[in-house]
Amino acid sequence: MVDYLISKYNYWVYIFLMMLGFYAMMGKRNLVKKLIGMNIFQTAIILYYISIGVKKGGTLPIFMETAPRAADYINPLPHVLMLTAIVVAVSTTGVALAVLLMIYRRYKTLEENEILKSIR
Amino acid sequence: MNTMQPQAVILIVLIPLMSSYAIPLLGWRWKGSAYFIALIAIGASSVCSLLLLWTVLKQGTIHYHLGGWLPPWGIEYVIDPLNGFMGVVVCGISFLVTLSSKESVEKELPEKKVRFYAIYLLLFTGLMGIVVTGDVFNLYVFLEIASLTAYALIAIGEDGAPLASFNYIIMGTIGACFYLLGVGYLYIVTGSLNIADLAKLLPPLYHSKVVLIALAFFLIGTAIKMGLFPLHVWLPDAYTYAPSAVSSFIAPLMTKVMAYILIRVMFTVFQPSYSIEVIPLTVILSWVAAVAIIVGSIMALAQRDLKRMLAYSSVSQIGYIVLGVGLANKMGLLGAYLHILNHAFMKGCLFLVAGALMYRTGMRNIFQLGMIHRKMPFTMGALVIGALSMIGIPPTAGFFSKWYLILGSIEAQNWVFVAVILASSLLNALYFFRVIENAYFEVSRGHPEGEALIEPNREEVPLSMLIPILVLAAGILLLGLFNERIISGILIFALPPGF
Repeated sequence: MVDYLISKYNYWVYIFLMMLGFYAMMGKRNLVKKLIGMNIFQTAIILYYISIGVKKGGTLPIFMETAPRAADYINPLPHVLMLTAIVVAVSTTGVALAVLLMIYRRYKTLEENEILKSIR
Repeated sequence: MNTMQPQAVILIVLIPLMSSYAIPLLGWRWKGSAYFIALIAIGASSVCSLLLLWTVLKQGTIHYHLGGWLPPWGIEYVIDPLNGFMGVVVCGISFLVTLSSKESVEKELPEKKVRFYAIYLLLFTGLMGIVVTGDVFNLYVFLEIASLTAYALIAIGEDGAPLASFNYIIMGTIGACFYLLGVGYLYIVTGSLNIADLAKLLPPLYHSKVVLIALAFFLIGTAIKMGLFPLHVWLPDAYTYAPSAVSSFIAPLMTKVMAYILIRVMFTVFQPSYSIEVIPLTVILSWVAAVAIIVGSIMALAQRDLKRMLAYSSVSQIGYIVLGVGLANKMGLLGAYLHILNHAFMKGCLFLVAGALMYRTGMRNIFQLGMIHRKMPFTMGALVIGALSMIGIPPTAGFFSKWYLILGSIEAQNWVFVAVILASSLLNALYFFRVIENAYFEVSRGHPEGEALIEPNREEVPLSMLIPILVLAAGILLLGLFNERIISGILIFALPPGF
């Protein structure tokens, strides 16, 4: 059981981080905290993707004479996918921050309860 | 001709993408050009999509390999009858909505016009990309393009819009991330991202729990994105507070395209037999959809704001589409496809009418509409056609998709769903007749101040807004009259194999 937990520790880390971010998004009332939760959530997924590309004893995916077989290299594709996902995460954060700025200018607060009160 | 048609596959995405960058460049100097560039770009895409649908129906599925890389490694765009059909729906509705957007954008967002159209075209690019791509990760990228631009467009609306947009960002990101996780799980077990390749590699792995979890992630992700009932909380606010040009663009298309992703994942990436038999997935989906139909209608009944009422009615209409998918038999699925088309027309028409009302009178409260038909007879005529179609009165289009859904429920021998569809039609009748009553007859009791607001002189909206509304309204009638042609000519080929 302990072996099982340890050998798959990368997945546990990803699940933990994801749930952490999920909690912050759902449970927190401050909008910036929600945004931070969203960032943790997205980063957890990036971490998960990166970890599935790893291979024991694998080397960098650059062709070398000493490692002639494809099995000698780690899988670079998840990394490439995550470059795109990082760009997406950054732009989502950017849009969200811009929206938060609009909210702050309009209501002078970033607490969800106070905003909802001033809307009604 | 033969070399031209495959290029249309990529042009359908490239033209709006490039034009969206041209808009700020040219709009910097000539502010008025933004609208025309957007219109021309979407028009060109529409021509390509029509050409593609025509070719697909005649010659079969079209494959386009980006950069000449062969499918399992490179990104592939695939057009089959299903997404050829979706492409035409998205392009056609976008074209009409864009055509009508000129005046309302001019009035609601005068100094943001150029930026508005640049983002607007990007949103269109994202939606078209989702439709044409044959690669699950590429689909994720387009999904995020469409979502990010939708967040931005919603945020520029009236009071309350930024908060609605922020809630949508949080929910939408969760949805997209779940989709991404689903892609990751499939990638672990198969090592492929190509939809056709996945469909080939997956069947031997169907016993695996990983595949099951991947499907679950896909479903939850798309369900959040399309606002299926318990996950719909972002939708009403977002549609209500967005500028009217935006809500009439997002409401008919965004959720439909997400429903398309659901159909694609359930019936192309996974074989229909897996989605139907391994777990009672379709049963769960159709029950959730049935609840969505009823709850959405009841919530719509409780609204006084026209746009908000339409938004809740969208929640219930998404239920119809998912119910058709969940029934997973020939009639049900045909009903779902037909309802995607019909609902795009109906919601497009109704939201444009709501936008026209806002433009001319600034009113959105249903109870203040009193006798407005004297002022805007054509617009209100279109509202009535749209409303009759939502209720499902023949010969309007809405009747036929409901008819197929009911046939599907009967085929599945589930009488509860038949009752749900009939009951929701009654609820639809209740809340739409309330609008019609207020628009055509005496002002509602309890709102005596409404009467003074309407001057009896006739004052229609400008032609550029009126024509798209009338075209959509005529489209609703024509779709109803020619639904048999559409079914036997296009949709029957879009069914997944084995149906």
